Amino acid sequence: MSSSLELSELVEEATETPDGRRLGVLFWVCVGWLALNLLAALLANVLPLPNPLTQNYNVINAGPSLHHLFGTDDLGRDIFSRVVFGSRVSIEAGLGSMVIGFGVGAPLGMLAAYRRGRLDQVLTVVMYVVLAFPAIIATIAILSFWTPRTLLKIVIVIGVAAIPLVYRVIRTATLAVATQDFVVAAKVQGASDTRILVRELLPNVAPIAVSFLLIGVATVVTLEGSLAFLGLSVAPPTPSWGNMINESRTILQLNPWLALFPAAAMCLFLLALNFIGDRLRTHFDVSEGKL
Amino acid sequence: MARYLARRLITLVGIVIIISIGAFYLIHLLPGDPATVILGTGDSPQNRARLYAQLGLNRPVIEQYFVWMKNILHGNLGTSFISQVPVWTTIRAALPIDLEMIVLSQILSFAVAVPLAMSSAKRPDSWLDRFLGAFSFTMLSIPAFILVVVLVLVVAIKWAVPHTGVSSYVPLSQDWVTNLESMALPSIVLAIGSVTVYYRVLRSDLIATLQQEYITLARSKGISQRRILWRHALRPSSVALLGTAGVNIGGLLAGGFIVQYLLDIPGLGYTLVNSIGLSDYLVVQGIVLVVSIGVIVINFVFDFLITLVDPRIARE
Repeated sequence: MSSSLELSELVEEATETPDGRRLGVLFWVCVGWLALNLLAALLANVLPLPNPLTQNYNVINAGPSLHHLFGTDDLGRDIFSRVVFGSRVSIEAGLGSMVIGFGVGAPLGMLAAYRRGRLDQVLTVVMYVVLAFPAIIATIAILSFWTPRTLLKIVIVIGVAAIPLVYRVIRTATLAVATQDFVVAAKVQGASDTRILVRELLPNVAPIAVSFLLIGVATVVTLEGSLAFLGLSVAPPTPSWGNMINESRTILQLNPWLALFPAAAMCLFLLALNFIGDRLRTHFDVSEGKL
Repeated sequence: MARYLARRLITLVGIVIIISIGAFYLIHLLPGDPATVILGTGDSPQNRARLYAQLGLNRPVIEQYFVWMKNILHGNLGTSFISQVPVWTTIRAALPIDLEMIVLSQILSFAVAVPLAMSSAKRPDSWLDRFLGAFSFTMLSIPAFILVVVLVLVVAIKWAVPHTGVSSYVPLSQDWVTNLESMALPSIVLAIGSVTVYYRVLRSDLIATLQQEYITLARSKGISQRRILWRHALRPSSVALLGTAGVNIGGLLAGGFIVQYLLDIPGLGYTLVNSIGLSDYLVVQGIVLVVSIGVIVINFVFDFLITLVDPRIARE
C-alpha cells in the first residue's frame, strides 16, 4: 500500500500548473473520490464495519436500511462492508501490476530513447513481438493453466503484459525530450548519463507517465473484474467487486442491490481514474496545438 | 504496395509461429505431470497412449512442439478427454456464432458512430458535441460485464423478456428470426463499446480534416455540407478509425466471452469459459491458438484496408 502514497505525491507534483491553466472543479472532485476510496480500502479493518464474511440468516436479501446501508446479500452478509473490503482486490491488482509494468517498462523505455542505437532497436523489436499477443486471451490462457490461482499470480501476468505498453509510451515521451537543448547543454557540461536521465529527463516524462499510470490502473481493474467473472480471479468468499457482481447474477431479479452497489462503486472508481488521467494528459500535452 | 504487403505477411507468419510456441508451452504450466492433469478422471492406458501420440509427451520438449505442430497442420487439435469430441469439431461449431455477433455489432456501431461523429465535427463545442463527448467518456469507463448485468436487469424486469438459454439457441441457418432475437442483446452490448471508441476517434480526425484548404475550396464552390462530409472528408479521416476498428474487433473476438457467458450464447468465449471450469485443457489450448491467430489475421486485414484508403502509407 506504500505505492498509493507515492501515487498521490506524484499526482500533486504533476498538477502544479506550469502556466496557470486551471484543472477544473470536476478534476478535484475526482481526486477527492479516489483519495476516499484509497483511504477506505487502507483503513477497512479499523473502520466500524461489520465483518464482510459474517453470515446472518435473519436478514437475507434485505434492501438498504440504516442498519445495513447497502442492504444484505443472499447469505445475509453486509453489502456495504463487502464493497469496501472488495475494493482492496481491485486496487491491489491495479497498483501491483502497474508497479511491475512501470518498474520494468519505464526505465527500459527511457534508456532506449536516450541511448538509441543497437539497444533501442533490439528492445523495440522484442516489445513489439510481445505486444502482438492478444493480451486478454494470453492472460486467460496463462491463468487457466497456472493453478492454483492467487492474486499475486494475476498481478504478475497482467504486470508483465503491461511492460511493452509502458515501454512504448515512455520511449515516445522520452524521445520528444531527449533531443531538446537543455539536455544537450547538460551533456556538454559533462553531466553523467544517470544524472541526465534522473534530473533532466525524468521530470519531463513524469506527467505523461502519471496520466498513463492512472488509465492503466483503470484498465487492470476492468480486467480483474472480467477475470472474476470467469472464476479466474481470487476465489470466493473473499469479497471483490467482480466476485460480487458475478454472485449476484443468479438472483438478479430477486435482489438487484447486490449487483448495483459494487457495479456503481467500480464504475465511479474507473470514471475518476480515467477523468484524472485524461485531464492530466491534455494539460501537459504541448504538442496538441498549444505551440 | 506488393512489397509492403509481402513484408507485413512475413511479420504475420513470424508472429503466428511465436504464438504457436506460446500456446504449446501452456500445458507445461500445469502443476505436476501434464498427462495426469489433462486426463483427469479419464486416465486409462488407452487414453494415455492417445494423449502421448498427440503431444509426443515422452520426447524432449523441442520435439514435442514439432509433433504437436505436425498434428495441428493436419487439422488435428486432439480430442477432449472429457466430452470425447475432437477439439476442432467443437471450435468449428462455435466460431460462426462469434463471427455473426461481431459482424452484427460492427454494422450497428458504424451505422451509429459515423453520423454522430459527423454531426459533432460539423459544429465542435456545440451543445450536442459537448453532450456526446461527456456521454461517450462515461460509457468508455463502464466495463462490458457491468453493462450486460444492467441491461439484463432492465430488459428482463421491465419488459419481462424471457432469458434465452443455450438449449434454446437456434443457428442462423435454421431459423433466422429466433436467431436474431437471441443475438440482439449481445450485439447491442458489444456495439455500445465500439460506438464510443469509433465516435471519439472519427470526430477528432474529421475536425482536423475539415480545416484543410481543399475543404474550404469545396465550400466556396457551393458544395453541400452533406456531400463535403461524406464524399470529401470521410475517407481521409478514416485511417485512424480503421486502425482502431482492427484492434477493437480483435478485442471483441478475444473479449466477447463475457457477453456470451452471461447471455448463454454458445460461441468460442462461452466454450472457453466452460472448458476452463471443466479443466478441459486441450479445448482451452485449441481455442487460445485459434483466437490468437484470428486476432492477428484481423489486424492484418485492417492494415490492408488502411493502405486502400490511404495508399501513401504503403509507399513509405
